[in-house]
Amino acid sequence: MLEVKNLTKIYDNEVLALDQVSFNALKGKFTAVIGLSGSGKSTLLRCINRLVEPTAGQVVWDGVDITAAPQEDLRLVRRRIGMIFQQFNLVTRSSVLTNVLSGRLGYVNPLWSIIHYFPKEDISKAMGNLERVDIADKAHNRADELSGGQQQRVGIARALMQDPELMLADEPVASLDPVLAHSIMKILKRLNQEDGITVICSLHFLDLVQQYADRAVALNEGQLVFDGLPHEIDDERFKEIYGQEAERIG
Amino acid sequence: MPQNQNSSPIEARLRPEACPEHNRRAQPEGTPPRSKGGWRSLAVFLAVVVIVVVYAYGFQVTKVDLEKPREERRQTQLTNIIRGLVRPRLVEYEEERLEIDAPIVMPCDSRVSLPPVDTSGRYIELTPNCVKLGGEVTVKGYNFEPGETVFLFFIPKAASIHDQVELRLAQDAIETDSQGQFTYVAEMRQDRPSDEPQIVRAVTKIRSGLPHPSDTLKDTFGKIIETIFLALIATTIGTALAIPISFLAARNLMSAMASPFGSVMAGLLIAPLGGALGLILVGWLTGLADGLTQNLALGVVLLVASTVVVWLLIRLLSRDYQGRFAVWRRGGLGLLAVSLVALALGLLATLGMKLGVWLQVTLGSFGFLGNFVFVLADLIVTFLPLLGGLIGLSISSSLASSLSGRFLRTAKPAVAKVFTAVVATLAGVLLAAIVVAIVAWLYKIENPFGFVAVPAVMVGVVLLAISLIIDVQRPVPVGITVYNITRTVLNALRSIEPLIMVVAFAVWVGIGPFAGVMALALHTIAGLGKLYSEQVENILVGPIEAVTATGANRLQTIAYAVIPQIVPPYIAFTIYRWDINVRMSTIIGFGGGGGIGFLVQQNLNLLKYRDASVQMIAIAIVVATLDFASAKVRERII
Repeated sequence: MLEVKNLTKIYDNEVLALDQVSFNALKGKFTAVIGLSGSGKSTLLRCINRLVEPTAGQVVWDGVDITAAPQEDLRLVRRRIGMIFQQFNLVTRSSVLTNVLSGRLGYVNPLWSIIHYFPKEDISKAMGNLERVDIADKAHNRADELSGGQQQRVGIARALMQDPELMLADEPVASLDPVLAHSIMKILKRLNQEDGITVICSLHFLDLVQQYADRAVALNEGQLVFDGLPHEIDDERFKEIYGQEAERIG
Repeated sequence: MPQNQNSSPIEARLRPEACPEHNRRAQPEGTPPRSKGGWRSLAVFLAVVVIVVVYAYGFQVTKVDLEKPREERRQTQLTNIIRGLVRPRLVEYEEERLEIDAPIVMPCDSRVSLPPVDTSGRYIELTPNCVKLGGEVTVKGYNFEPGETVFLFFIPKAASIHDQVELRLAQDAIETDSQGQFTYVAEMRQDRPSDEPQIVRAVTKIRSGLPHPSDTLKDTFGKIIETIFLALIATTIGTALAIPISFLAARNLMSAMASPFGSVMAGLLIAPLGGALGLILVGWLTGLADGLTQNLALGVVLLVASTVVVWLLIRLLSRDYQGRFAVWRRGGLGLLAVSLVALALGLLATLGMKLGVWLQVTLGSFGFLGNFVFVLADLIVTFLPLLGGLIGLSISSSLASSLSGRFLRTAKPAVAKVFTAVVATLAGVLLAAIVVAIVAWLYKIENPFGFVAVPAVMVGVVLLAISLIIDVQRPVPVGITVYNITRTVLNALRSIEPLIMVVAFAVWVGIGPFAGVMALALHTIAGLGKLYSEQVENILVGPIEAVTATGANRLQTIAYAVIPQIVPPYIAFTIYRWDINVRMSTIIGFGGGGGIGFLVQQNLNLLKYRDASVQMIAIAIVVATLDFASAKVRERII
């Protein structure tokens, strides 16, 4: 179980991004994080694996305080947490295979990895993961030759190389069209159900939340305004989360 | 409502006199209000005056003077230079010396009769053909080529042909006119009378055979090759060193580095000790390697053996150690591996030097390959201890700071405070002592101990005070400090032109292309370090974030997320720099740095403009060609 306790983040420009946020993400569940742009969703996800250093509060994962871990231990924590991004964040000039293999960097010998040497089993594991997301045929293409949906699949394959127990997905489908969005969400759901990976996924559209998530938490201006089941979000709750002027679409 | 002077819009509308239009109309006609336009024209007028004064003074300082270029003497000189430059000495002909003699009787003697003159080819005519000692003779030449250069000599009667001497009759060369004729009034000598006819000789050179490349062209070719390679070597060395430095000068990479004050100070305290240890250890190992390779076979066997052991150690190191002693075990194995690598490198280098000497003798005309091997090996031997010091410094300081960082996190606040204070004070004293000792050495100060002690104690006290004030857990931005220092050094180096640097290097390594290589390489490091680091600052953060999130360490993140992004701009800038270096290497010879600049300077000083012209053409061709080529390559890459 991932416990987020009173998490607060104040950026250097004194913007309060997260304000005393507390919730629990249960093991093996699909938790959606919703809210307007700028409500703190990305900051919340990045505080969990400390890509962003929280100002105060704790993130405790299976009893281990991630927020207190020193740098060396943090690497060991991070390698069990996969992450995928809205902009996919692939190294576009490298090959798809290299991008996927880079997900293994937390496990392999640093010296060998610097000269781009990976053990055979890691390479076959990478091919297997590419197979899983259906783009094994693109393994030797450069990443920028792929379409958006394909790049996000590579992103997922990279995260899978970490043998993750937790997957953080930062608006993984916001840059994709609805058809691709559903295909990516289906892959995430399958990982959640078949591999038992805990998923925390920030999303824009409520219909995606209600279709794929087991739980939902909502943020508004850095504060937690909802924590419950997706179908509990009715029109009234919706206005609390998105503001009085918001219209429900989709 | 507050009663301030700015009345609200409503009030303004109610009171007509408050309206601006009304205000203006209410004023008497004779005194118009001082408008903004007036001030503006005054400002423009003042600006014009200032500009005129600045340029007037500029002309004065730079001695702009149109009188001198109008002087006839200077115009003639300029014409000579231009005439020389437009006639580059590219080809030469085989030249044949042609002597045209005419008899002269001195002093006059009617008994001597002279043969008739053969007028079929070039000939000279003397009027009169007898003269008293020191008399004047008019020498006329006919049937020469127009514009031919002729020298006039007087050949006195001698006992035999071997004793003949040519005495100059005309100081300067004579040039024939457009008809191929010349007239020269010569003053005969006071001495050398004779009863028999003596000789006045006109000497000219005529071209014979086919044209062939001039010696100047050959020299120029050799030097332009030297110039190109000078630029190549300087660019290579400069690039190799600029790449790691550029990472230190990139804000986005360095700003993430921060650790508590105490751990930074621990790193600084240990760094000099680690550096000295590394220097001594590797120096000793290099010496040992030198001794061991006295016996060739033993040296080769040891080299192979140590390589195998290093490989085994790396395999051991690649295991994932866990637990309490993991750091120590890793550290021990790592130290052993690094020492063995140093020994292996030392063996390799000393063997390489021997191999180089042997190759130089054996390969004959390809002996330069042997020399290359020798110099590379020598380079390793020279820099290995220094590298060892550097590695010792970085390993020990990073180990010390990470261990003390871990200690500070777990220690009680009071203990952490005391630890920070002690370490900071010691580090301050040590570093200040080292810096001041260097200053004392530079200024040759008599009593170094007394000179060093005071500042050392002062810095120690200051750091003690700082460590007592600050929060010992709060990270201080080490990275930004390193970034600022690197930037400052790079900017300072970049502002010194290589033409100035080369003078210093010429003193150190001697005049020649090597000094030029070093000067250009140093300037390349500074220039490329800055350009590269700006490219690093421009990269996308997304991939870095993604690779960091996988649990990769700093070095892995650079290898997988930073380097792929910076390779194309790095290549583009390297080519651009090579371009600059070729241009700079053409003039680096002016400062003693070898290459073609040396020839140009020499020829200009000797007023040999036709030869200098050849070198200028060569420079133009090389620079234009490389310009074109580098533009093409850059297009391809980006």
